[in-house]
Amino acid sequence: MTISHFGAVLLFSLCISVVFGITQRSEPRMMVRFGAYCFALFVVGTIVASWAMWLIRH
Amino acid sequence: MGTETNTARVAGEKSSLPAIVLIAGWLVPGAGHLILRKWWRGLALFAAIAMMFGVGLALQGKIYTPNTGDLLDVLGFAGDLGGGVLYLLARLLDLGHASVQVTTADYGTKFIVVGGLLNLIAAVDAHSLASGRKRS
Repeated sequence: MTISHFGAVLLFSLCISVVFGITQRSEPRMMVRFGAYCFALFVVGTIVASWAMWLIRH
Repeated sequence: MGTETNTARVAGEKSSLPAIVLIAGWLVPGAGHLILRKWWRGLALFAAIAMMFGVGLALQGKIYTPNTGDLLDVLGFAGDLGGGVLYLLARLLDLGHASVQVTTADYGTKFIVVGGLLNLIAAVDAHSLASGRKRS
């Protein structure tokens, strides 16, 4: 199996967000919201960190 | 007398349920929630954790073994062990690799370790639900 870096980020973030959403909240609606929040933070955080490393390198 | 016996049995069942749920949740991802009849939560947890483990193996991730002297390997083994039956199956079927051989395999290794750690979180959550520490 081959996977791109961004594909790995999306898959990793999705799986973790599902578990975090279910385990860290009690109400189903809040689970979905917290899961989506975690997913967005993971993806956006990774992109920001990637650009930061690129800027440091250049 | 009969009522007392029944009450004692019910109390005994209540006290043992959290432990059963914790162990079942560790052995099989999502099983703790399924025992508590949280059907979609259990299935979603199983899907997410099994997917992480499966993708990790497909990426040729490393499966840690217990008897290496390296501290990082010990921590990796602890994370892998959190996968419960998934880890045992991977060891029995000789899945995964003993060492990282390609670049993406490092991702695979992390997928497997994090999948195991997530399973521990899910098992503790099931325990909290069973003991009443977490509502619904």
